[in-house]
Amino acid sequence: MAEKGKKKPQSKADKAKPKRELIPKKYPISRQPPKKRVKNFNEVALGYDEKTAVAEAERCLLCKKPTCIAGCPVEVDIPGFVKAIADRNFQLSIDILKATNSLPAICGRVCPQETQCEEVCVMAKKMEPVALGRLERFAADWEAEKGIIAKNLNPRGPKVAVVGSGPAGLTFAGDMVKMGYRVHVFEAFHATGGVLRYGIPEFRLPKSIVDQEVKYISDLGVEFHMNMVIGKIFSIQELLEEEGFAGVFIGAGAGLPNFMNIPGENLNGVYSANEFLTRVNLMKGYLFPEYDTPVWCGKKAVVLGAGNVSMDSVRTAKRLGAEEATIVYRRSRVEMPAREEEIENAEEEGIEFKLLTNPVRIIDDGKGWVKAMECIKMELGEPDESGRRRPLPIEGSNFIIDCDMVVVAIGQTPNPLIPQSTPGLKLGKWGNIDADLETGATSLPGVYAGGDIVTGAATVIEAMGAGKRSARAMDEWIRKEKR
Amino acid sequence: MHKILRKEELTPETVLFDVEAPLIARKCEPGNFVILRIDEKGERIPLTVADFDRKAGTVTIIFQKVGKTTYHLATLEQGDSIQDFVGPLGKHMEIGKVGTVVAVGGGLGIAPIYPKIRLMKEEGNKVVAIIGARSHNLLILEKEVSELVEKLYVTTDDGSYGLHGFVTEQLKILFDEGLKPDMILAVGPIPMMKAVCAMTKEYGIKTLVSLDTIMVDGTGMCGSCRITVGGKTRFACVDGPVFDGHEVDFEEYAARQVRYNPEEKEALEAYGIKCDEGGG
Repeated sequence: MAEKGKKKPQSKADKAKPKRELIPKKYPISRQPPKKRVKNFNEVALGYDEKTAVAEAERCLLCKKPTCIAGCPVEVDIPGFVKAIADRNFQLSIDILKATNSLPAICGRVCPQETQCEEVCVMAKKMEPVALGRLERFAADWEAEKGIIAKNLNPRGPKVAVVGSGPAGLTFAGDMVKMGYRVHVFEAFHATGGVLRYGIPEFRLPKSIVDQEVKYISDLGVEFHMNMVIGKIFSIQELLEEEGFAGVFIGAGAGLPNFMNIPGENLNGVYSANEFLTRVNLMKGYLFPEYDTPVWCGKKAVVLGAGNVSMDSVRTAKRLGAEEATIVYRRSRVEMPAREEEIENAEEEGIEFKLLTNPVRIIDDGKGWVKAMECIKMELGEPDESGRRRPLPIEGSNFIIDCDMVVVAIGQTPNPLIPQSTPGLKLGKWGNIDADLETGATSLPGVYAGGDIVTGAATVIEAMGAGKRSARAMDEWIRKEKR
Repeated sequence: MHKILRKEELTPETVLFDVEAPLIARKCEPGNFVILRIDEKGERIPLTVADFDRKAGTVTIIFQKVGKTTYHLATLEQGDSIQDFVGPLGKHMEIGKVGTVVAVGGGLGIAPIYPKIRLMKEEGNKVVAIIGARSHNLLILEKEVSELVEKLYVTTDDGSYGLHGFVTEQLKILFDEGLKPDMILAVGPIPMMKAVCAMTKEYGIKTLVSLDTIMVDGTGMCGSCRITVGGKTRFACVDGPVFDGHEVDFEEYAARQVRYNPEEKEALEAYGIKCDEGGG
């Protein structure tokens, strides 16, 4: 244990003469065993207990010039909250987290810490970084267990509208209500959370956690309006000119699933990841027929792509009873965009990986359903504009994969409903909203945008960062306008 | 929550609701649809807007009892509420003045053509309608449609009313009599739309169809409603639901529409309806 070296963290002598015993590896987090978890939808990672959390927090060097904060898109005071855990002051820890992050229980579970705060942790130079994500989750879960108390802030300021209740919109809403704005969130679905609800499965992010985080924001005084498709029921102009909103933040998310544009993609048994996951997560298709929405799952499922959504899809298929569940990806393992932890979870669960493989066509069974998929082997060439080595087909290497279900999880393009219904809103070349990445400002005064609708499919925390920056920028803009 | 302000049983299989939805009524246009979910455990189903009243703040839906959700929906009474009611979705129809239009509606397809006929009249078109049903007692909106159109033709499959036969047979008669419409609008069962399109293609008459696909979100997010039109994959929810019928791949459309039939059957049986009673 690290108690010895931890006694005088502020002492100047510490840096010159490091006495403390460094623990090279993160304390492991307990998980449901793979054989058991592939048969249920319960959360896989079970979290740290108090003792482990404190021990892990004590691994933090409390650097004089911490590098981790800069790695966090929502600027959490990381050494502050970690030290509070080490000091067993868990309330202080969650207070520090919530000062800049309205959704810590979610971030602690789904952030790609290994490419953010943990990547730049000083410890990571020589050994494993401090498990910042697990500690964040611990603090948030500690608070939830005790009961989250949020006081209604009774905001009296100008009214602002938020389009979409996903991570960008929720963060924006939380920050704005704390600044005194009356915030109204418009959500197209019948439930809040956006991708947190329809996309990320229960076994990675329990929906009770989403409920709990949304309730906190709602309790602060934010109003939520469900079933409101902005662009249809109200246009952005109407919100500004007729409904009395001083500003609008668009966090509508990526919306249209990409397909491969290969033959056979409209066969029965082919899903977009969005459809497959929405049927399961939002509509609770895994509880059919208790819930009315069915979700068909094959015995031999193939998922195209290797991002987090692909891992979610393939692991969901496994849980729905697929005997074989396979990832097909055109590059190699190191280029897979999914979080390392999710790839490991998938491997443990018996997911197969057919790498350097690209689908050519999906073959039907003569009755309109999938029977197999023809693929071609790939090799890696020179780096492309993304910096990753470009996959090139190996001629004549075609082969057939036996499968009855294909989930296409190769990303999405922004939803056109708002761009099409908002004259004067400048768009980027992919149909995304062209917004300043620092402020979220769009080509229309008072209209800000952030998250996937601006960047294309990215991560929860990046969307949250955009929501945070837009809140700051809109607040400044409204105050200037009022003068 | 959206209150049902009026319920009317149009036929033993078909029910009409006027639903309180002032914000949707305010923006509704012919061609739009709504998505509803009855309660917490319900599925989201799309229904074409059959009518709307901006002043009264109501949206009219007409549905046929075919699956668990529609059977359940039909048990609701005036004064009951539907939990989720989303819209207006889809592209509304824009035709402009084209001249003479024949509107063909089969079965429940008469409901979606009704507001479109009104729009086409307002746009200065001459509209002739052919409506058909399996039997006289299943025919809907005859009076409403007849009040709008120049001339109304009715067909029934069993010959219990109007012309004994399909709507396509009546259409053929009109062509043979020398009618040269500038456009056809056809909404109904897939075989009917396919047959109308095959016939009008021969005559070179532009034909619009409205597709009723399987959807989840209805906003372009899931792609469940995708369909090949003109060789390209389109989403009925955001690119449609009205498409050029000569471009639609009806084979694929028909195959996609039955993909949840076993589950539909299971749900219906769990709900207590025997499958020979239920349709689709």
